[in-house]
Amino acid sequence: MKKIEAVIQPFKLEDVKEALKAIGIDGMTVTEVRGHGRQKGHKEVYRGQEYQVDLLPKVKVEMVVASARAEEVISAVSAAAKTGKIGDGKIFVYDVADAIRIRNDERGETAL
Amino acid sequence: MKRILSMLSLSAAMAAHLMGQAATPAPPTTAALEAGIKNAQLSADNAWMLVSCALVLMMTGPGLALFYGGLVRRKNVLGTMMQSFILMAIGTVLWALIGYSLSFGEGSPFLGDLRYLFLDKVGADPNPTYAATIPHQTFMLFQMMFAIITPALITGAFAERMKFSAMVLFTILWSLIVYYPMAHMVWGNNGLLNAFLGGKIPCLDFAGGTVVHITSGVSALVCAIVMGKRKGYPNEPMKPHSLVLSFIGACLLWVGWFGFNAGSALAAGGLATSAFTATHFGAAAAACGWLLAEWMQHGKPSVLGGISGAVAGLVAITPASGFVKPMPALIIGFIAGVFCYFMVVKVKNMLGYDDSLDAFGVHGAGGTLGAILTGVFATSEINPAFKDASGKVLPVGLLEGNGGQVVNQIIGVGISWVLAIVATFIILKVVDAVVGLRVSPEEETMGLDLSQHGEEGYSLES
Repeated sequence: MKKIEAVIQPFKLEDVKEALKAIGIDGMTVTEVRGHGRQKGHKEVYRGQEYQVDLLPKVKVEMVVASARAEEVISAVSAAAKTGKIGDGKIFVYDVADAIRIRNDERGETAL
Repeated sequence: MKRILSMLSLSAAMAAHLMGQAATPAPPTTAALEAGIKNAQLSADNAWMLVSCALVLMMTGPGLALFYGGLVRRKNVLGTMMQSFILMAIGTVLWALIGYSLSFGEGSPFLGDLRYLFLDKVGADPNPTYAATIPHQTFMLFQMMFAIITPALITGAFAERMKFSAMVLFTILWSLIVYYPMAHMVWGNNGLLNAFLGGKIPCLDFAGGTVVHITSGVSALVCAIVMGKRKGYPNEPMKPHSLVLSFIGACLLWVGWFGFNAGSALAAGGLATSAFTATHFGAAAAACGWLLAEWMQHGKPSVLGGISGAVAGLVAITPASGFVKPMPALIIGFIAGVFCYFMVVKVKNMLGYDDSLDAFGVHGAGGTLGAILTGVFATSEINPAFKDASGKVLPVGLLEGNGGQVVNQIIGVGISWVLAIVATFIILKVVDAVVGLRVSPEEETMGLDLSQHGEEGYSLES
């Protein structure tokens, strides 16, 4: 099993959800986060007091899928979240040791 | 058909009624007519003045509470709003017990006496010395709203770091030692600076440039310096947590200010309209001035800049509102917008004091500017303030040929500055010795809402 963690532009969330739905992935966790990579932040000025805001709002989408499907999911997310500009985000992939469905204690890929 | 019949019978009844009236003669006596006219004028003026009282209270809560509350960090929003709100409570009680008497009892040129202690003799009959066409009690109420908002304005300087107990003690002492004497000097019967009731140095202050804005703004500067900076200022970001709240607050202040200035005519006549116009024009021109300066300096006109400019213009036009024509009001406003922008954005950062919400940069600077410009632009066409022994109207401001008025204005400004600086410094030292001025560093990090009041403005769990 692989955990796929994508940090994307907030306005791309709907596109990513649609793309995942299209390939039959319907389990995910979405969090509003703040962060930055190479993208520079912006400057805010309040009564002459300047603030450099470098943590920008992003959305983090996490899902755990069968290893065999990982590449398919990664390309779907990447294609949907892409604008081609700096700030599009990143996708991280992890190995997952196990998964447990709390309702009936199913384990492994059947629990996904 | 039925309708026509009923209309016919109605008009017949009316005709009978009118004829019946004409048939009963008994013309009213002149005295009865005069009493009727007097009563009608009292009712009309009182209606406007009661509305004005309510408008001025609305400036403190929610106006100022929202304006200041939005400018602080979210952990201090309630603490900041409470500092305005508590004055609506304590300021009222103090005013009722002794404040009104110390401000408006005849007394000496510097302070009123105790003739109106506990509001004795302050009832429905007008007090002709101050306002002949409204109940004395209405005058007392109107002035009370000023005594509430003035100390509330100072709270912007020590926001986010003062103990609630210290703030309460400070504002009580400040009202007694700074506000009541200053109100008496400028507006009280026999006051030193009163231009209308026999003051030795006639200083024109229609609605509180010296009494309200200089005293509060200059005291705010002293507070900011004596109390020191907020923990982490200016390196840690201290962005306003909700400019939406501040925006609503500033717009409520703008509307409330019509009561503040136009109400200061103490009647519903032409002078009130003139002051209303000047107030509105001053605010509008100042918003333009601040925004223009900001746009040229920083490349972007901000919402915070626009509302700060409007408030600066309202401050500056306050002393002038009952003395100037519409075009000078635009000029005063525009100058105030640009001037206060530079005070807040440039001078504050240059000197490095932490006047957190710019009570000095807006109220102290704008009030001083407005008080002096009043001496320049005041005209007898709007307000024949000065007359000679034969009743001939004399020139009022510099542009009318009375250059000495600018000197009088500067003396009034000087007295307000000195009183505010000396008294505020001493009061702060006393309060510091009694309860301590600042919250502990841990409490400051935690925020005033939790540390002083045990609650939070925004609870995301509920």
